[in-house]
Amino acid sequence: MRNSGPLVYLTLLVAIALSVFPLYWLFVVATRANDVVGDWPPPLTPGGNLGENVTRLFAAEDANFLLGMVNSAIASITVTVSVVFFCSLAGFAFAKLRFRGRNALLLVILATMMIPVQMGIIPLYMIMVELGWQNRLQAVIVPFLVSAFGVFLMRQYAERAVPDELVEAARVDGCSTFGIFWKVVLPALRPGAAVLGLFTFMGTWNEFLWPLAVLEADNPTVQFSLSQLSSTYYTDYTLMFSGTLIATLPLLVVFIAFGRQIIGGIMEGAVKA
Amino acid sequence: MLLSNKARSATHARSRAGLLSRLDLVGSPYLFVAPFFVIFGVFGLFPLLYTAWVSLHDWDLAGDAGFVGLANYADLFADPDFWNAVVNTLGMFVLATVPQLLLALVVASLLNQRLRALTFFRMGVLAPIVTSVAAVGIVFSQIFDRDAGMANGLLALLGVDPVDWRADKWSSWLAISVMVDWRWTGYNALIFLAAMQSVPRDVYEAAAIDGASKIRQFWGITVPLIRPAILFTVIISTIGGMQLFTEPLIFGQGGYAISGGSLRQFQTVAMYMFEKAFRDFDYGYGSAVAWMIFLLIVVFALVNFLVTRRAR
Repeated sequence: MRNSGPLVYLTLLVAIALSVFPLYWLFVVATRANDVVGDWPPPLTPGGNLGENVTRLFAAEDANFLLGMVNSAIASITVTVSVVFFCSLAGFAFAKLRFRGRNALLLVILATMMIPVQMGIIPLYMIMVELGWQNRLQAVIVPFLVSAFGVFLMRQYAERAVPDELVEAARVDGCSTFGIFWKVVLPALRPGAAVLGLFTFMGTWNEFLWPLAVLEADNPTVQFSLSQLSSTYYTDYTLMFSGTLIATLPLLVVFIAFGRQIIGGIMEGAVKA
Repeated sequence: MLLSNKARSATHARSRAGLLSRLDLVGSPYLFVAPFFVIFGVFGLFPLLYTAWVSLHDWDLAGDAGFVGLANYADLFADPDFWNAVVNTLGMFVLATVPQLLLALVVASLLNQRLRALTFFRMGVLAPIVTSVAAVGIVFSQIFDRDAGMANGLLALLGVDPVDWRADKWSSWLAISVMVDWRWTGYNALIFLAAMQSVPRDVYEAAAIDGASKIRQFWGITVPLIRPAILFTVIISTIGGMQLFTEPLIFGQGGYAISGGSLRQFQTVAMYMFEKAFRDFDYGYGSAVAWMIFLLIVVFALVNFLVTRRAR
């Protein structure tokens, strides 16, 4: 196959420009003063107002943006650690251990993966009311400490990445089953766990519908704060955009640092499916 | 005596170790999957099944006011707001999914060539997936603003009058579809790319020798051979499309947000469920809507599955 011509590069560059432009525009508006928004031609270079906008953002009434950031950080880290650990544990058990009822249990997990989470949101809310967890951070953490998708993913990964002989050898050496998991299996699962962790972190950070249902404006997650901004300050674009920029920044950093793994994870998952 | 005692205790220790290791062998798997099933059972599976039960009741903020059978569903079928939401959801689904998948196919086939800076291109098309739906909603709300928006600015260059994007069905559907497409096209392109890379090269070489053009090769070889991946993205898009919620909600802004505009011109079924359950606190009715979303997903996933499988 010969190298591609300039037309291919040109088309791809246009595609990239389209896909990155809204992010760039987000940055430009976040650094500008409010009165330039809506000018034609629109400003396409960053201005010097970012500091002032961010100060206004954190002082914005009713949005509780700082608390939203802290809440989202706590929730995302807790959920990610827990999902990676418990899904690796269960995935290992499903892939490499023999036990009665294994296939039936796996089938339950697979079946529920097809059903949208939204369907259970009303009873889930009722459970939170019973537990007294409305407007409390555990409401957006505890239900998501495990994930059916995660178990499925880690099981697939363990099937390939952990040879049966390795498990047998460790057992002959007198290792307990948990010891095998901790010392032998978990290190072998690390690349799969990294992808699951990245997706879980992004998913929890970006979760929108459920926090909106169970939390209130005085104890929001970061996406909830953003929705507060956009309903209260919807003419103050610089304020909204600096909030959106700051809320997206952690994910952009993660994406730039782990982009290859994320792409690998998506492409691998697609081939499997 | 001493010796035999020692021997006995050694045997004892060994058998206890044996018992422990047998317990470990039999019990560990259950112990390992237990945390998952406890949490998943309480917060995942149970609510899912319980929704069906709630939907058969007259159930509001005060609690369960009695079994009403299928009355909620009967009301739903006679509810014009519900059907309006169904039409909106389907309209936006079609408007978003068809161009999205076609574009993704084109981008994927471009990425499937020998390229410099491949990682740069892949990351570039995937960048939108990193942003939250809320962020997308906010940025595009500005772009599609009636007075200050960039979309109207561009249209003005072409001599087109400014469009009030939120005011009509067609314009709001279009704006919301653009948001969905922007976020998901790159993701779908990567899935297609993965599938394209597993198509053997010699098939193309044979076709090229037979004189098939690039475009013919694309429709005659690539598309049929990556059909499983296309099917996968169609199903995923259907599930996502039937649940569309955040983009229209944020696009709506202000007091009419959850009803999707003053005339419900872009209210989706998921928004209608949210409105009924969490604004009107009619949990029974909201649960019935939730089941209808599920039904929509099943029906349309099935239809899409059959259509995509037959299409060549």
